[in-house]
Amino acid sequence: MRDSGCGLGAVGSGMNDSEVQDSEFRQHDSISRLPHPFNFDRRGFFKVLGGGLLVCIAARHAISQESGAAVHHDHEFPKTLDSWLHISENGEVTAFTGKVEVGQNVRTSLAQQVAEELRVPLTSVRLIMGDTELTPYDMGTFGSRTTPQMGMQLRKVSASARAVLIQMTAERWAADSASLTAEDGKVRNPKANRSITYAELVHGQKLSKVIADDPELIPAKDWKIAGSSAPKTNARDFVTGAHQYTSDIRLPGMLHGKIVRPNAFHAKLISCDTSQAEKIPGVSVVRDGDFIGVSAADVLTADRAAQAIRAQWDAPPQISDRELFDHLRKPASDKDDDTEQYVLGSVEQSRTQAAKTLKQSYTVAYIAHTPLEPRAAVAEWKDGKLTVWTGTQRPFAVSEELAQAFHLPSENVRVIVPDTGSAYGGKHTGEAAVEAARLAKASGKPVKLIWSREEEFTWAYFRPAGVIDVSSGAKADGSLVFWEFDNYNSGPAAMRTPYEVANQRITFHPSDAPLRQGSYRSLAAAANHFARESHMDELAHELRIDPLEFRVKNLKDDRLRAVFQAASEKFRWGKHKNSIGTGFGIAGGFEKGGYIATCAEVSVEHGGVKVVRVIQAFDCGAVVNPQGLENQIAGAIMQGLGGALFEAIRFENGRIVNPHLAEYRVPRFSDLPHIEVVLVDRKDQRSMGAGETPLTGIAPAVANAIFGAAGVRLRSMPLVPSGLPGHAA
Amino acid sequence: MAFILLVNGTEQHADVEPEKPLLYVLRDDLELTGTKYGCGEGQCGACTVLVDGIPERSCRLPVSSMMGKKITTIEGLSRGDRLHPVQQAFLDIEAFQCAYCTPGMIVSAAALLERTPNPSEEQIVSHMEGNICRCGAYARIIEAVRRAAATLGSPKNA
Repeated sequence: MRDSGCGLGAVGSGMNDSEVQDSEFRQHDSISRLPHPFNFDRRGFFKVLGGGLLVCIAARHAISQESGAAVHHDHEFPKTLDSWLHISENGEVTAFTGKVEVGQNVRTSLAQQVAEELRVPLTSVRLIMGDTELTPYDMGTFGSRTTPQMGMQLRKVSASARAVLIQMTAERWAADSASLTAEDGKVRNPKANRSITYAELVHGQKLSKVIADDPELIPAKDWKIAGSSAPKTNARDFVTGAHQYTSDIRLPGMLHGKIVRPNAFHAKLISCDTSQAEKIPGVSVVRDGDFIGVSAADVLTADRAAQAIRAQWDAPPQISDRELFDHLRKPASDKDDDTEQYVLGSVEQSRTQAAKTLKQSYTVAYIAHTPLEPRAAVAEWKDGKLTVWTGTQRPFAVSEELAQAFHLPSENVRVIVPDTGSAYGGKHTGEAAVEAARLAKASGKPVKLIWSREEEFTWAYFRPAGVIDVSSGAKADGSLVFWEFDNYNSGPAAMRTPYEVANQRITFHPSDAPLRQGSYRSLAAAANHFARESHMDELAHELRIDPLEFRVKNLKDDRLRAVFQAASEKFRWGKHKNSIGTGFGIAGGFEKGGYIATCAEVSVEHGGVKVVRVIQAFDCGAVVNPQGLENQIAGAIMQGLGGALFEAIRFENGRIVNPHLAEYRVPRFSDLPHIEVVLVDRKDQRSMGAGETPLTGIAPAVANAIFGAAGVRLRSMPLVPSGLPGHAA
Repeated sequence: MAFILLVNGTEQHADVEPEKPLLYVLRDDLELTGTKYGCGEGQCGACTVLVDGIPERSCRLPVSSMMGKKITTIEGLSRGDRLHPVQQAFLDIEAFQCAYCTPGMIVSAAALLERTPNPSEEQIVSHMEGNICRCGAYARIIEAVRRAAATLGSPKNA
């Protein structure tokens, strides 16, 4: 069992950076892998060991891992400026980061931070991202870490570089560096009215100086480039169709791949007849263990060849979605006890002090990320070296996966991530990369593999389903007495309560998951917020106290109180009362450095639920790019609405029942409510990530509003997959 | 089998099987990769192209049905460096995040404005319902369509 430690009172600062990182990593890296136990000839392995070195592979890890176990502690950021920053002879600034762009717009916001600290125009900065050969090691783009971690790192790099440039100028002019300033890509001596460009100073040479530990950073209140809206980098390429996603890449002689999938999860291959496929001209067939795949010069031929393969599979009986929640309550059979618990005071001894007690259970279904660009990879082997372009959030982990699968030293694998057609936590693993590389190895030609939508719905991983039991008690005046919270399977993220409760026991219980599960935008924070904020609402109604008043009464955290106030004022909370058919709900919380409060108005008519209006306030410290942030928050609300209202993966005996967009409903235009985002810009606070937490408020706010409109308390996400229970929608 | 297709105003030759979906002919044979694969089921709209001005899902259209029809893809909307007003409005409003759905959205919206120059919000929603933006930028997309309608309707553009 892992103790979540103390310090809950300071929810906002309880864990230090490295603890947050560890906890994030455990949750993000626990995704099981599809089995790719290749058996091909290994003799080449030793031949290439010790082969040519590549640039910038600082502290790359060559040890093979099991199921992606954490090796991140061995990777430290490179210490010198040249690993991160280059200033060309014409003054163009290139920054290098292992983070990737998947629609969260960090290519822009990181460039803004570089431009700000280096004091150069934003247009002169470009970023090289997610290329294992060119960028410093990075654990992955997840956990809302890009802004607080990489943003800060690039700020320090750029501020150090600025100081170095000023120092170089001081030496060149024999001047006091304190008399010099940096702006617009130049170092200036304002008094002597003299200036020199960075380009002239650096002359295209490497900046080999060490990054200062504590360089003088420009405070957010003085920001000129960061802190203001900046248009998305390369935005024009996205409206013209010119941007090349992984699935758009084309290499000379490239083939298209197709994988023959098992007929159920955990199936073993009994027999396989590939003879008909092999007769099709130009088709390369691979059978390696249970892996079967084909490649051909065009998609149609590859599809046809895959269909011509006769494979027989044997799958064990598996549970179905009807049995899911009973199953999740059973303890995990795994020897590793990943139970996580936080205890304060005594729930048992305080029960009698409560005037009102309440005990309820909440459930969340499995849901799919459904990135519009499915998993895709283009793999090319050249002189024993493997290069793979793929849309992943973890290029370095995928590179290690490839090195392991093909018994290569890590220097001989390069993974490049083109800006990708979304991920939402769903692209941490390298299945498509490994599969494309296996096909390319067999055919001797580059291979592109794009998963079909059905493969994406079946063979990717899901947001964990979960059961959450909450038991609570409060005094008649509304102050909380005890809080007991048991989360089965969905995950520990944000399971602690931000409310002041003297007696708490909060526990995460791992289960034997029936489906392959893993990260999803905000991890379990969406489920835990749903359970907690629904339960708070129920308790408020039991106590006959206004749900907002009840929350604020039990809150000390100023920043959380501030977002509740900001959202409720804009929403005009309390101005309109619940009536038959119209309801208002509120919810809020804290996670990953972000404070959120969400108000929702719903209308219920003939059993149909329509979310009419959503106001969400969000505080993630000093805002780097207001327009980008607003876009993220509004999008998170919209995506969160899917899981809140209707998204659910249905499964039966090892098969997904609804692996198509016609059967798995995601939010569309007609689901769009009127959304207003209130940005609480705290220039006095560190900038934190915003990709995830804005998704956590919508489900409970809507559930609470439905209760207001219809008097029906819904405790299962999705809330209304086929309309309000008991009504024909 | 050899097909002559009229794509973005020029004749293109493709030697492909008749049942090959237009989507793959565009992407793999004609190297017009702006049109995206999203589902292959006609459910997401990422592969939307105009066929004689009508928005169609190119993943569901066998190339053999395209003879003699005018096909317009995202690459065919701009005139040289000058973006189509819908593209310009998407750019100005930043009506995207990962932008994978964007070409399909723009092509659908351009078709709407061709026939309904001044659409109401309900008309936009109903016309665009078949296009999915998984990042959820719907509000901005509606705003962009409105902006484009205003641009197209202004005397400057007449």
